[in-house]
Amino acid sequence: MSTALAPDSPAASTREAPGRPERPRSWWYLPAGLAALAVIALGVFARGAAAGATTTFRLAREGDLNPGGIVPGDVALPAGGTALVLGLLCLAIAVVLGVLAAISRPLAPRWRITLVVVFGLAWVTAFLTWAFNGARVDLGTLLQTMMVLAVPLAFGALSGVLSERAGVINIAIEGQLLFGAFGAVLIGSMAGSAWVGLLAAPLMALVIGALLALFAIGYQVQQIIVGVVLNVFAIGLTSFFFGSVMKQNPGLFNRPLRLPTLRIPVLADLPVIGTVLFEQTILVYLMFLIVVGLTIALFRTRWGLRVRAVGEHPRAADTVGIDVNRTRWTNVLLGAAVAGLGGATLTIGTGVAFGEEMSSGKGYIALAAMILGRYHPVGALLAALVFAFADALQLNIGTLPAGAGAGIPSQFLLMLPYIVTLFAVAGVVGRVRVPAADGVPYVKQ
Amino acid sequence: MKLELQGITKVFGTFVANDAIDLVVEPGEIHSLLGENGAGKSTLMNVLYGLYRPDGGEILLDDRPAHFSGPGDAMRAGIGMVHQHFMLVPPFTVAENVMLGHEPTSKGLLDLATARRTVREISERFGFDLEPDAVVEDLPVGAQQRVEIVKALSRRAEVLVLDEPTAVLTPQETDELMGIMRQLRDEGTSIVFITHKLREVKAVADRITVIRRGKVVGTADPTADQTDLASLMVGRAVSLDLDKAPATPGEVALEVRGLSVRDAAGTPVLDRVDLDVHEGEVLGVAGVQGNGQTELTEALLGLQSEARGSIRLRGQELVGRNTRQILDAGVGFVPEDRTHDALIADFTVAENLILDQHHRPPFGSGLSLHPAAIRERATAEVAEFDVRTGSIEDHVSTLSGGNQQKVVMARALGRELSLFIASQPTRGVDVGSIEFLHRRIIAERDKGTPVVIVSTELDEVIQLSDRIAVMYRGAILGIVPATEDRDVLGLMMAGYTVEAAREAVAAGRGRTADSTLAHEGEPA
Repeated sequence: MSTALAPDSPAASTREAPGRPERPRSWWYLPAGLAALAVIALGVFARGAAAGATTTFRLAREGDLNPGGIVPGDVALPAGGTALVLGLLCLAIAVVLGVLAAISRPLAPRWRITLVVVFGLAWVTAFLTWAFNGARVDLGTLLQTMMVLAVPLAFGALSGVLSERAGVINIAIEGQLLFGAFGAVLIGSMAGSAWVGLLAAPLMALVIGALLALFAIGYQVQQIIVGVVLNVFAIGLTSFFFGSVMKQNPGLFNRPLRLPTLRIPVLADLPVIGTVLFEQTILVYLMFLIVVGLTIALFRTRWGLRVRAVGEHPRAADTVGIDVNRTRWTNVLLGAAVAGLGGATLTIGTGVAFGEEMSSGKGYIALAAMILGRYHPVGALLAALVFAFADALQLNIGTLPAGAGAGIPSQFLLMLPYIVTLFAVAGVVGRVRVPAADGVPYVKQ
Repeated sequence: MKLELQGITKVFGTFVANDAIDLVVEPGEIHSLLGENGAGKSTLMNVLYGLYRPDGGEILLDDRPAHFSGPGDAMRAGIGMVHQHFMLVPPFTVAENVMLGHEPTSKGLLDLATARRTVREISERFGFDLEPDAVVEDLPVGAQQRVEIVKALSRRAEVLVLDEPTAVLTPQETDELMGIMRQLRDEGTSIVFITHKLREVKAVADRITVIRRGKVVGTADPTADQTDLASLMVGRAVSLDLDKAPATPGEVALEVRGLSVRDAAGTPVLDRVDLDVHEGEVLGVAGVQGNGQTELTEALLGLQSEARGSIRLRGQELVGRNTRQILDAGVGFVPEDRTHDALIADFTVAENLILDQHHRPPFGSGLSLHPAAIRERATAEVAEFDVRTGSIEDHVSTLSGGNQQKVVMARALGRELSLFIASQPTRGVDVGSIEFLHRRIIAERDKGTPVVIVSTELDEVIQLSDRIAVMYRGAILGIVPATEDRDVLGLMMAGYTVEAAREAVAAGRGRTADSTLAHEGEPA
């Protein structure tokens, strides 16, 4: 309207234009939350470390590809001092964000996110120097543990992305993981090959996917309820077979198989990240491949455009000739197969036999990762890594020798991943845009 | 392309929605399908678009029979449809929406460049000014509708069906749409224009077919008299003019001073509004949808927790009170969105009629409801407002839109009021019911109640009001007598002050300005 009215728009001149939008009521939530965390860093981490204690971070290891020692081996930092400096940095970031929000000059999203990420890194490092004071943190091992824990979560979250982008709520990720883990071991053991198990895992998870699609799309049953029921069904069925056939003849039905580790020459020798990224089973590489492939497919191809249309406004998709329910079926099945791969990482990916309820809630954490990742494959992967890092930290701190570290009670450590989940989902991401037709069955008129 | 429907019959259960309907649309003709809500217009078009399979009859395109098993077939045959509720994916861009379903690709990836070019070409041809990368949900409704038209044209539609296209548009946007329709016609597109608004039919149609209760009851020329058309449509004589007596305003009953509301992002959506409403007068609030009318009525009813300023009803301050207290102070309210805010679909007619008074005598006390009193009240109201329902125990969702609206109005008007506020009092209501509802509003005024009517239909505001306030970007631009020139009001709705609008109209610029108002919604 500006162009049309500009020459003779008395309204614009006589009425003052509405000023800069007033700051929203929630402007102080993020700065205040960060400031509280910064105060914890200063009050607990900086003061809690034993006087004169140092924390050693191990970066490069013997034999790493590290010409001229660019990456130092062990870095010893004074625990208290480092935590103090980092805590002050955190506080500064919180104050900057707070002041900018208070005077209604919020930063561009990119800078805001950068600052929040810097805050996160500084805070976590401060935490590490405190938790490991007087001991050594092996970053390579820590990240390796994180990767192992992240893979099933990431597969699960990708399964959620596939199905929910098309408008079907996938609570059944847990059941799909479990069936995948079960199928990989059962069929793999019978065939005597982990590779056969790798093929069997997604196929087995398809059973849960097909049931979910049948009830959610075919019979339009409330999708959350179907998902939960399927999870219980998966636990029941796998526990039954575990307790009967697998127990009687573990040699034939439940052998600890392991997929070979594929080492990528040269790259695997890089310090810190070498083994984490380039010395893994095929499942890890497959996960990265799916993340990249799915991102391109969802946002750059005809298929993805149609899937997203079906998840947002199925009737509009229908009126341009897209078969809504067929699209949903396909995506739920694809998602189940992907989650099945995630299940395989729990057994043949890590070389353990099947155990009762071994998915132990990972499907639900994967669901949280999907939401935190804003229904985006890359976001889902990053969120899975965050959760897995918290979990890995917990495991690592738990194995500290007595006397070293901050002596955090193990019960608190066990809560760590879930606290991170809560904070992440509630605080940092803000509002997540859910596909508009997520969970709404499509009925033709 | 010539479109011919021969004896189309569609039956739902025992209900005959379309009864042997014949319709011929010549190439390059705007053919208006006129009928009340529920007359069977949309059913007919859904048959044409392949969404319903007809139980009898045939569709001929250029004299050759056509059979559609879905919208895809109809589109391939050259039929495009602009639905009343837009079939656009809100978070998608214009280009993405236009290409959805027939996406150009190169090397397996979406070819966005081609899609953008298509959008630019078509929108330049018709002067639409659509940005291919704009996100649809950020566009004003008028622009969204143009996206729908581009979508149909990009599929080479030769027959374009527009289903109630003006229901969501401002007077200016309606004028623009009519210009677009004429331009399309002149380029050879056949247009089926479905509506129940007589003014528009007369303005743009080349031929008119009137449908009532699933049957064609007549055809007419656009020169036909509006009242005759209305009578044909309704099936009995109707009077379109609301001959109301001049108002006899009493003292000021409602005083609004400096009323402001900000939205969650801090932007003012209601900006220092001052209003006076006298006893026994109707104050109409005109304006393009989304200029603060919703917030104004909600603030008056205590539904806006962030309202600042003062609202005095007969000296009593209402700001800061809750909705229950305000209702108890005698405010009757008709919300703009009947299905979401006014009625509970699965409650019965009787229950819906006492929703705002269920807690107090005679309808309820303490923890209990008094069914006898509720039934008695419902029976009386249903009779008085002529609500067509099988029984007062029927779910309100089984009623037609017009009858649902009567239930809402009956509830609001069914007691002694100190203020009556009605938002979109006749939205989606057929001509026969409009007449009745308007008379009821005037009757309430004549009882001495101050009345506030909010409507985006300028005709309705002009008909009902004694004075008209025009809202623009959350503020009141001016309050004028109801006798004000229609063009002046139209310009005020676009942001002109009273004086500027009068000057512009006096200088003869009123109509030309309409066609330049393309960028609704950008800050001035």
